[in-house]
Amino acid sequence: MTQAMRIEGGMVDRERTLAFSWNGRWMTGYQGDTLASALLANGERLVGRSFKYHRPRGIFSSGSEEPSALVQLRDGAAQEPNTRATTVELFDGLYATSQNHRGPLAFDLMAVNDLLSPFLAAGFYYKTFMWPKAFWERVYEPLIRASAGLGRLSMQPDPDAYDHGFLHCDLLVIGAGPAGLSAALAASRSGLRVILVDEDFVPGGRLSAETHEVGGQAGADWVAEATAELAANGNVRLMTRTTAFGAFDHGIYGAIERRTDHLVDAEDRPRQVLWRIYTRRALLAAGATERSMAFGNNDRPGIMLAGAVRAYVNRFGVAPGRRVAVFTNNDDGLRTADDLSDKGIEITAVVDARQGDVVEDTIGRRGIRAIRLGDGRRIDADCLAVSGGWSPNVHLTCHHRGRPVWNAEVVGFVPGGELPPGMSVAGAANGTMTLAATIREGHGAGAEIAGDLGAGGSPGTPVEAVDESFAAAPFWHVTGLRNRAWVDLQNDVTTKDVRQSHQEGFRSVEHLKRYTTLGMATDQGRTANVLGLALMAEAAGKSIEETGTTIFRPPYTPVAIGAFGGRARGEHFRPHRLTPSHKWAEENGADFVEAGMWLRAQWFKKPGEKGWRDSVDREASQVRKSVGICDVTTLGKIDIQGRDAAEFLNRVYANAFLKLPVGKVRYGLMLREDGICYDDGTTARLSESHFVMTTTTANAVLVFRNLEFARQCLWPDLDVHLISTTDGWAQFAIAGPNSRALLAKVVDDLDLSNDAFPFMACAKCSVFGGTPARLFRISFSGELAYEIAVPARFGDSMIRALMKTGEEFDAVPYGTEALGVLRIEKGHVAGNEITGQTTARMLGLGSMLSSSKDAIGLRLSKRDAMNADDGMRLAGFRPVDRSVILTAGAHFLNPGDPADMAHDQGWMTSVAYSPELGISVGLGFLKRGTERMGETVRAYSPVRDQDVLVEVCSPHHVDPDGVRQRG
Amino acid sequence: MIIDHPLLGPRDAAEFVVLGDASLIDRPDGMTATVEEMHDYAYLRDNPAGDHRELWYHEQGDRSWLVVTRSTLTHEVIKVELARNVARAQGRSR
Repeated sequence: MTQAMRIEGGMVDRERTLAFSWNGRWMTGYQGDTLASALLANGERLVGRSFKYHRPRGIFSSGSEEPSALVQLRDGAAQEPNTRATTVELFDGLYATSQNHRGPLAFDLMAVNDLLSPFLAAGFYYKTFMWPKAFWERVYEPLIRASAGLGRLSMQPDPDAYDHGFLHCDLLVIGAGPAGLSAALAASRSGLRVILVDEDFVPGGRLSAETHEVGGQAGADWVAEATAELAANGNVRLMTRTTAFGAFDHGIYGAIERRTDHLVDAEDRPRQVLWRIYTRRALLAAGATERSMAFGNNDRPGIMLAGAVRAYVNRFGVAPGRRVAVFTNNDDGLRTADDLSDKGIEITAVVDARQGDVVEDTIGRRGIRAIRLGDGRRIDADCLAVSGGWSPNVHLTCHHRGRPVWNAEVVGFVPGGELPPGMSVAGAANGTMTLAATIREGHGAGAEIAGDLGAGGSPGTPVEAVDESFAAAPFWHVTGLRNRAWVDLQNDVTTKDVRQSHQEGFRSVEHLKRYTTLGMATDQGRTANVLGLALMAEAAGKSIEETGTTIFRPPYTPVAIGAFGGRARGEHFRPHRLTPSHKWAEENGADFVEAGMWLRAQWFKKPGEKGWRDSVDREASQVRKSVGICDVTTLGKIDIQGRDAAEFLNRVYANAFLKLPVGKVRYGLMLREDGICYDDGTTARLSESHFVMTTTTANAVLVFRNLEFARQCLWPDLDVHLISTTDGWAQFAIAGPNSRALLAKVVDDLDLSNDAFPFMACAKCSVFGGTPARLFRISFSGELAYEIAVPARFGDSMIRALMKTGEEFDAVPYGTEALGVLRIEKGHVAGNEITGQTTARMLGLGSMLSSSKDAIGLRLSKRDAMNADDGMRLAGFRPVDRSVILTAGAHFLNPGDPADMAHDQGWMTSVAYSPELGISVGLGFLKRGTERMGETVRAYSPVRDQDVLVEVCSPHHVDPDGVRQRG
Repeated sequence: MIIDHPLLGPRDAAEFVVLGDASLIDRPDGMTATVEEMHDYAYLRDNPAGDHRELWYHEQGDRSWLVVTRSTLTHEVIKVELARNVARAQGRSR
């Protein structure tokens, strides 16, 4: 097909023909076309089916307000549903299909819905599908789900990349039409740093669509001159294809820039950029949006907003029809007839509602063929240009709950209430509807803002232009219609729905919106809302002013979720922190697990091992038999120094710390102020005024934050300072009976004998002939064990040297799983037990709570309920049938009791297969657990389908007297 | 949101962690306070529609705790102080 509807003129580049595919047929357009203008050029009027009734729909507008021409763009993973054909820039090879129909577009099987329309009126989903009840799940819901929505998702991951960016400016101008350009010129000349954004791919706004002259030349020529000056001024960033979609706090604006959507090949560049723009001031010059009027069958393909008709004729060189009728309630609509006549397009009628003439109905199934007037006359027309007046684009002024106010002269809502701080409005967005006034207002606003911000330059004078006539009448709908008249095209809301909403008592505008879904589609009812409000006001016998309006919220136009996600997806969802031994671990068969942001080795697979249990059992056994090495760098480390450091620790730990001797380590328990345990760890005293605290991996950040809170807000004059040194030191646990012998070969000149360096000792030392180190004799596994720390840069060489030195002891590296097995065997609590819901007494640590001092949480930990004698207590569990593998999360029941919460006796928190004992062992909380050693209870897990008898025992499954760690 | 840090100038709120009501500075002495007083300190907060003094922590910055006076109706930030100075002015010391 050869662009039969293409006419001369416009801003398209006829030297550059582009081929595109529409519903499988190849067509051509020109550079500078949108998909909509190219479709119209090829005579395609029917481009989609409506949401509810599957009515044939065409192209209604020429911009981002488009409610009807929603298409599916691209294919495969890049497929994007519900794309407005009016904003899609044509490129060579563009692939688009229509959506929301079964079978071919022209013979949609779902069009039967249109015949069923009496059953699908406003609120039908609350009524129609109520009966019979049994039908809901089996018939109605699947039916509704199958027909819901418009386009289809690809169901594949988005193949494109999205970036986030940050920009700063003195003045953000939103909209590069006559007002925005004039404002940017004045501000830029004065010396402000300006960002000028426009959602279109060419600047100029309505000047691109109209035949106005500016400064004695064609509008588009002035736009070119103005943008050239802005570029030359050097302080303006003009961003086309960029939509400012939200006004956020403190002068921050969100904008989405479409970087590669218009290119044949994105060449791996990010598809879109989500900009966060920090502004001192902002000027909204977003123009206005034309709206329709309600008359019979006003939704047929070929019925188009008058301004859009002019845009297709003047900007794109496309005739939306050969014989065009105009229906208007204002002077603006009349200009359409003039512009079209100038291009040689036949005007079959100009129907002016202000003179009492109306279009009552339209004729034509898949596109309009004729109109029927109020007096019964039938007039042929393959395009009807409708102008129901213009609504200022006040959206961003509402984003801080500013309420627009009705302006009878404009016949529209203009900005009102409190605007977002720093925002002003100019041009049509402000209700200034004529060209010269718009230019003056934009220029004035730019100059005034420059003055406010102290810019010294001269803003110059506004460019000359002529004010066109603007006289709009509040005419909304034709009365006495026999056929349905649409208000909201995208959500298929008719005048009848609005009246019904009023009749059924949904009279507030907010109720009207939610009951009829008026304005709730992706276009937020930009061409529909005011008409809906006018109808509601009329039904209620009130003025539009009294009826009020619903409020606009971000985003102004839809923004892809992918753009909000940016690069933070998949493995980049959040940063990964790598331990100093990561590279070595990778080389040695480690399997990694996420622990917070860290990647930790969970086990090291050896050749021949069939599953993870083989590796973990071997690692845990070897620790108890000889020696194992584990990277524990991820534990939080906080360096605490100052004359009052001991006093400070004494106030943040629930147990005593004041008298910890230099060269010793102590286990410490931290409470929240409400008395619940939240973290534990060890703290070493390296000198009178120097401590090193460790926290759990998970809470490292939180503990540091809380310590800073205590230091700055509670006791600001204590002499104590904190630095997080988690990343500063590589730390390794060396555990097992041979750990001392191994360390003796590592540490320089330090007596490691039990007398000289007993359990819970610490010292600064050096290793391998001079590398500085810190040694702590602490044990999580219950074995004779140490932790040794070296500056992080030595971490990689340290693990290699330790493993080499350890060869004669058959030292093994062990991961977090073996670490877990060892601590469960030993009965040490960890995150599974310190859940933020457990008290010291539950954990068996009640005796640690000091009663002779004040520390965070101590006072409230003494509350009766937290110390009830029949409360939960930590206990150990072993299966009566020794072959059973226990299940964490199982609940305990007394044998014979029913399995319900009333008889709940507690729950299993941690389980592991103990290679040491050859059975599965568990830890858990049991009512009065400490008093019930030897009893048998049921461990019941309906989720895992397990119901077994377990024996209550000490949580210390291995070495309950602690002989090994002290040896 | 932007918080005008008293030492570092305007910083984006994304660099901060918010804790809530600045009354958390007024911690009673646990040795002398009744359980009720400690309970009220730990659990009770005002929820004003209007100006609210809040604790914000510059975690991705200099780790200062700040007292930010913010209108909960408009998000306007009215005043930003170092929490340490506020605490001292309220008589807290060691």
